[in-house]
Amino acid sequence: MTETPLLRVEDLHVTYDTPTGLVHAVSGVSFELGREKLGIVGESGSGKSQTGRAILGLIAAGGRVRAKRMEFKGMDLLTADERSMRRIRGAGISMIMQDPKYSLNPVMTVGAQIEESFLVHRKTSKREARRRTLDMLQAVRIRQPERVYKAYPHEVSGGMGQRIMIAMMMIPEPDIIIADEPTSALDVTVQLQVLAVLDDMIRERGMGLIFISHDLNLIASFCDRILIMYGGKVMEQCTAANLHQAKHPYTRGLLNCLPSMERGQDELPVLQRDPAWLTTPGISA
Amino acid sequence: MIDMRGVNVVFGHGKHVFHAVRDFSLTVERGQSFGLVGESGSGKTTVLRALAGILGRVARVSGEMVVARETLLQHRSREFRRRVQMVFQDPFGSLHPRHTVDTILSEPARVHRLDRIEERVVNALEEVGLNASFRFRYPHQISGGQRQRVSIARALITDPEIILLDEPTSALDVSVQAEVLNLLMRLKREHGLTYILVSHNLAVIAHMCETLSVMQNGAVVETMSVQQLRDHSPTMPYTRQLMTASLGYDRAAIDAFEEFG
Repeated sequence: MTETPLLRVEDLHVTYDTPTGLVHAVSGVSFELGREKLGIVGESGSGKSQTGRAILGLIAAGGRVRAKRMEFKGMDLLTADERSMRRIRGAGISMIMQDPKYSLNPVMTVGAQIEESFLVHRKTSKREARRRTLDMLQAVRIRQPERVYKAYPHEVSGGMGQRIMIAMMMIPEPDIIIADEPTSALDVTVQLQVLAVLDDMIRERGMGLIFISHDLNLIASFCDRILIMYGGKVMEQCTAANLHQAKHPYTRGLLNCLPSMERGQDELPVLQRDPAWLTTPGISA
Repeated sequence: MIDMRGVNVVFGHGKHVFHAVRDFSLTVERGQSFGLVGESGSGKTTVLRALAGILGRVARVSGEMVVARETLLQHRSREFRRRVQMVFQDPFGSLHPRHTVDTILSEPARVHRLDRIEERVVNALEEVGLNASFRFRYPHQISGGQRQRVSIARALITDPEIILLDEPTSALDVSVQAEVLNLLMRLKREHGLTYILVSHNLAVIAHMCETLSVMQNGAVVETMSVQQLRDHSPTMPYTRQLMTASLGYDRAAIDAFEEFG
């Protein structure tokens, strides 16, 4: 990272006030994002999704976000009012969720939804929006853009639904995309094809990507850099290429407990959790 | 132990016919684990359900199925239902939300008129690594991994010979997956169980099984030994592509992906 980062997060905390006490979903996460692919990996409850949502101010009611610093291109996200956040969401930072079935509007055609996400941020004619939408459908490698433009979400497959989501998030030309398990619901070959679309667009447009996933192998092969989270904290940071030399016992434990296609084992090593992990600072390699 | 020959499963009638499984055959020896792998809609779960006899009347099943020398007819015998148990993917969907673990585990024992039910419940829980204090909890009060352990305990209660496993660890975190896979391996050794394991995850199949069939569009593409998979030497292009995809993201390899219809 030579230039100023797109996103700078310092000591991020997300807490929820519940009847049984304060729950710390994220406690003290710091990272920077440049024009690169950053992976956040962790098991359920590690705080990885909450970290992504906190950046966009999308924490559910009752949740509280605190941080020393949270800046998007020098703009302070912590003090931004709802009006400026609406401008940043979509046009500056956008988010791709796991299941297109729940994120697409079932009673609106695909074309109308993508156009809407363009028109919200740009003052232009309906005709121009339609042209851009068709171009974008082509860019995410949908073979018959005209047909898909007129289709409703239930008429397309899961893989195509996720390409449509990518098109919708890309059309306002954001600088950062946060993708939360964007391909976990898809078959493995379709998953990779969708990721290739995302990868090419990120590279061509010089964007930053935060890729949130539970899939360690996928993150290691897809991203440039990785944050490994556990219990709301970053256990370890490393480049994707160096993941297999990771030092933190949690990262090592996760890597070891994956069944392997190549090596036959009688028993998989089981992860032994150590409470001390949550009180010692993470490793940065 | 299990022999399926030329099995076909068809849903619907007339114009809306859907051929879910085509000319499917497999042989599993006693004490072996057989893997069925494929993408969604390949028919792998339908094969399990056809064998278990839980497809219902909407499906027409033809072909020959023999389990432990018993030729299966339209209706499964009570003895078959005791011998052959099933574990499903989502333990939230397959455990009754308003029944305690104790009720969930004792019900199959009562159905099969087994004796010493309480003792069996406690033993089954112990077998899956849960202590007796779990008996009076509800499914929502325990974790996902513990729920799947309860599903496995429920399958063990009737002292089965065969367990059909449908994506048993797909809903679990990898660290919990490792524990459940270890548990399944240990139970197989100790009870001489025979498994058919359905999964979309090649690594899980490679870890658990000796032989596997790759399915696509309702038919078997290739049947091979786990060694062939470990050596990366499947013969069919579809299997090779699935294997490459399972190894992770490789931008160049993706451009070479073909559509298999």
